[in-house]
Amino acid sequence: MNTEKASQALIATGETSGETSIAPTDTKRRRFLTRSASVAGTLATGGVTANAAAQEVPAWMKSPGAPMRGYGTPSKFEEPVKRPFASGYATVSPGTGSSRTPHQSLEGTITPSGLHFERHHNGVPDIDPAKHELLIHGLVTRPLVFNLATLSRYPMISRTHFVECAGNSGANSGPKPAQTTVGGIHGLASVSEWTGVPLSLLLNEAGIASGAQWVLAEGADSAAMTRSVPLTKIMDDAMVALYQNGERVRPEQGYPMRLLLPGWEGNMNVKWLRRIKVTDAPTHTKDETSKYSDLQPDGKARQFTFELGVKSIITFPSFGHKLDRRGPYELTGIAWSGAGRISRVEVSADGGASWSNANLQGPIYSKSFTRFRLPWEWTGTAAVLQSRAIDEKGNVQPTRQAFTSQYVAGMSYHNHYIQSWAIAADGSISNVYA
Amino acid sequence: MFMRNQKITGVLTLIAAALVSACATTADNNSASTPTRGPNLGAAPTAAMLAAMDTSIPPSGAGLPAGSGNVAQGAKVYAAKCETCHGPKGVGKPADPLVGGIGSLASGNPMRTVGSYWPYATTFFDYVRRAMPTNAPQTLTNDEVYAVAAYVLNLNGIVPESAVMNAQSLPQVKMPNRDGFIDYSRK
Repeated sequence: MNTEKASQALIATGETSGETSIAPTDTKRRRFLTRSASVAGTLATGGVTANAAAQEVPAWMKSPGAPMRGYGTPSKFEEPVKRPFASGYATVSPGTGSSRTPHQSLEGTITPSGLHFERHHNGVPDIDPAKHELLIHGLVTRPLVFNLATLSRYPMISRTHFVECAGNSGANSGPKPAQTTVGGIHGLASVSEWTGVPLSLLLNEAGIASGAQWVLAEGADSAAMTRSVPLTKIMDDAMVALYQNGERVRPEQGYPMRLLLPGWEGNMNVKWLRRIKVTDAPTHTKDETSKYSDLQPDGKARQFTFELGVKSIITFPSFGHKLDRRGPYELTGIAWSGAGRISRVEVSADGGASWSNANLQGPIYSKSFTRFRLPWEWTGTAAVLQSRAIDEKGNVQPTRQAFTSQYVAGMSYHNHYIQSWAIAADGSISNVYA
Repeated sequence: MFMRNQKITGVLTLIAAALVSACATTADNNSASTPTRGPNLGAAPTAAMLAAMDTSIPPSGAGLPAGSGNVAQGAKVYAAKCETCHGPKGVGKPADPLVGGIGSLASGNPMRTVGSYWPYATTFFDYVRRAMPTNAPQTLTNDEVYAVAAYVLNLNGIVPESAVMNAQSLPQVKMPNRDGFIDYSRK
């Protein structure tokens, strides 16, 4: 055991916990080597052997390049980096289903808008913004209607937040671990800089009447998606988001306006927002009763479990990557919590027997992805990599056993337990339950 | 409240003060303070707009429309509009099952259906009217929605063959899992 631990030494640069061996290293150099070897898994041998062709003047230096474009797209060489998607209703509604952010191919913390996950209940509506209105009514002093033109004249705020589907990581709820990528398992979570109008401003103008406790939010898609939200959350930090990463919200994300409820399950962040009805009680819509409720072994279900749990995923190395040589690597991943900021991420290379603190990359935003990194020396033997996040409220990401024992077998919502990646002696990587 | 054009200097001063304040007190946008007053640009909705858009139905049944439907009528609606996805008698692919599983939730092999899991019959009306059938949402008449509710509730053994669903009877239906949920909204 001790031998294996030493051979999988995490090269900790921060404080350490547990009994992990510490090996001194040149951190900067190792990061350079690792990063050049891990670009989308497609340049697996890069960074060590120089490219002989580079000794000649490359073709792209000997003729004029391409002209400008009105709207840019990624390099054609990045074509494999895209969202996997699936629909269970291909014949009647191919837009019902989800697509997933390929975290195994991404870096940093902001999800490109075109790679933000999707979850639609009857496809993406083609909304003419000139004909779209937002109605606020119910238990208010005076009902109000807004459109994009009027909302664009309101004071705005920008916030960097994740949106995560309550069904994210559901692939890890099955009897056997799914052998698929980080995106395939955990890709229903994405981060954007959202800009829009605080919903509290609009409700203050409408005037909240006595007895108001909840609101019902409704979308303008062909599922007319509805969810109930406590009024306290609406007045705390809810936003009518008009912009995503600086441009108008994408159609898949609710164009021309969506509800943003920082840290709360994605389904409540109603896209294509058309109506807010202030009510005295929850409406008990389909998606807050039959879906996204968490069934316990005793037959009772937890309802209105809104805030998403503290969570982290190692994105490199992970399923689909292959370690092609022993030596230094940089482990990296993302951590987030619906309760606030990430305060610590611990990494284990021995299946949770010992832990080392990862380095957290700033800025650390509340209810957003925090990137973590840790140099790691792989000596070519089997290892099980795990990460465990702790947030500023002291919430600790649970083990698989601690999480799953609360619910019936297969309960696939709100899954945030510790992900384990097994590294085999040949450098291949699999998803394991540990 | 809002500065007019001639007060532009004052506006600029306010903006500068706000920037200084933000820099001094917050490290990032996520912790910046939120504006509390807007320019009051909302318009009053017409009664027709309110009536057309206010279609959500809570457990009390408030807002349920006029109309009614029985089990036999619902069987016809179901065969014509629902069965392709939901299968004969409420069980089939690709859609989730609508029927069965009552009493199974604590069995270790739970089956979640309208009959076994949904706490309120009003939710069924609300959802079917707004979202079903998937290939042509919001095309069923209120009578058809009441009828298909009667049919699916009857398939589950929750209402008798003679049941008629309308604004009065639907909220009275006691679903088997009515008390099966624990409210975590304040936990």
